Amino acid sequence: MGARGGMLHRLEGPQTLGRGRWFWLGFAIAVALACAYPLFEDDYTVGNTIYFFNWVFMALGLCLIWGYGGMLSFGQTALFGISGYGYGIFVLNFGPDHGFTLIAALVAVAAAALFAAAIGYFLFWGRIGGVFLGIVTLSVTLVLERFMAQTAGPEWHVGTARLNGFNGMSGMAPLTIPWPGDDIVLSPDVPLYYVVLGLLVLAYLGLRILVNSSFGNVLVAIRENPQRATMLGYDIRRYQLAAFAIGGAFAGLSGVLYTSWGQYITPSSMGLTAASLPVVWVAVGGRSDLTTTLVGTLLVIGAFQALTVYGSQYALVAMGVLLVLTVLAAPQGLVMAAARLVTRRRP
Amino acid sequence: MTMLETRGLNKHFGGLQVTDDVNLVLARGELHCLIGPNGAGKSTFFRLILGEYPPSSGQILFDGADITRLPSHERVRRGMSVKFQVPGVFQALSVQQNLEIALQHHLEGASLAAEIDRLLGFLDLVADRAQRAGNLSHGQKQWLEIGMAVSLKPSLLLLDEPTAGMSIEETHATGEMIKALNAEGMTILAVEHDMEFVRQVAQRVTVLHLGRIFAQGDIDAITADERVAAIYLGQGHAHA
Repeated sequence: MGARGGMLHRLEGPQTLGRGRWFWLGFAIAVALACAYPLFEDDYTVGNTIYFFNWVFMALGLCLIWGYGGMLSFGQTALFGISGYGYGIFVLNFGPDHGFTLIAALVAVAAAALFAAAIGYFLFWGRIGGVFLGIVTLSVTLVLERFMAQTAGPEWHVGTARLNGFNGMSGMAPLTIPWPGDDIVLSPDVPLYYVVLGLLVLAYLGLRILVNSSFGNVLVAIRENPQRATMLGYDIRRYQLAAFAIGGAFAGLSGVLYTSWGQYITPSSMGLTAASLPVVWVAVGGRSDLTTTLVGTLLVIGAFQALTVYGSQYALVAMGVLLVLTVLAAPQGLVMAAARLVTRRRP
Repeated sequence: MTMLETRGLNKHFGGLQVTDDVNLVLARGELHCLIGPNGAGKSTFFRLILGEYPPSSGQILFDGADITRLPSHERVRRGMSVKFQVPGVFQALSVQQNLEIALQHHLEGASLAAEIDRLLGFLDLVADRAQRAGNLSHGQKQWLEIGMAVSLKPSLLLLDEPTAGMSIEETHATGEMIKALNAEGMTILAVEHDMEFVRQVAQRVTVLHLGRIFAQGDIDAITADERVAAIYLGQGHAHA
């Protein structure tokens, strides 16, 4: 398996479902269909589809942390919020020209990764794991939500950017690509759709390479048996920290894309509900694999969106029921269970 | 030449003294067995050597260097390796991947694949290479873990009840494997309950009792020692 080198070789491996000609043919068809999609749908629907895609990065990050690393984190939403607010603060202060929104996006994602690394340092060097990791990360999320919620007064501002308490921050320019003549403003429209789709394909393939690398090997080894991994000479804290920070960066990317997409962000994006939803998406899809996570997340968000027509309370209850059913009937995830039924090849 | 030395090693949990002033010297190339009744402090002593517990006082020297405060993974990097009592394999991963994770420190590419093949042959697990480690029989898991521990090419191999749960045949085969590793120059310290096994492999035996070194010597001297029989082997065996 590891006999031949090369990054592309790592696209397939023991840590990912799907290999061989037929899988990649299916993948190519899926990408082609996704590329053709805007030709057949109106702009509003395409804009709404981007909204779905925005969340998948956060889910893939959680898949890395939880599914591969065995660390159940509710902290993805905190990093989403930090990045979203970070993007807003920078863009409101410096404006969208000269490619600054792209720099703001990079800085915001880096801030999320750094914040994740800081929390991760205390968690992993403090040997906090299991359910306590979930509790601490949930607490961090809720503390951030509470903090941002009380920033309604005019004294809460960073430069010209008002934080605005529960009403949230709005009016930041969307991602803008500098272009000779006229800049390309990525409002929720077809160009943004292709940018986000491209990022999604890159993130998915990049993570496939990562989890099938020697780093991914150690990460699943830590999930399976941290003591054994340590006694093979691995400083498991470093691997956990790296996975946590990388996963956090993906949550940050979701935060930037979401904020840019809707041109607003509120503290409730870091609330209890928001913190639990990624766990539902990833669990229902199948946390131990990137593909099932990706498919599951899109399906669950799609279903959630469809249900909110009847009221968001019902949709949330349905999510809860879905999670319980998954845990009871298919602990490895519904999409995973379906994939195994189809292939019946992997253990 | 000393491979491992503990000096005045103590460990207490609250008021409970679990390791009490243990001074053990392990020569390079030695195959040493650590025995003692349940609760003698064998496992704690192992954990102290591995760095899983910090000692309350005392020193641990490995290959001439003081490693008392070194984290576990650093000790492993310096040439220590362990096989746990409960098979510590990566259950959900394939046999091959278990070995790959153990070996990927120092090997890659073709040499990694070749070494995996060699170990699979050595462990008699060639047919099971794609099998989930969790699906192996108990004895096979023990062997796989020994293979992982040995693959690091350690200078000191620690074995915590390596034959626990094995059949008589498997126990004997494991003993021969351990003797072969020792013959290649590996220093080995094993905690073991099975006296047949100890008789098969050990050059020197240390008896722990109530956290202290109670007796030390070759296996014949230890089995002939009536005090040892009284605390460990049971009176009935003393004259057997």
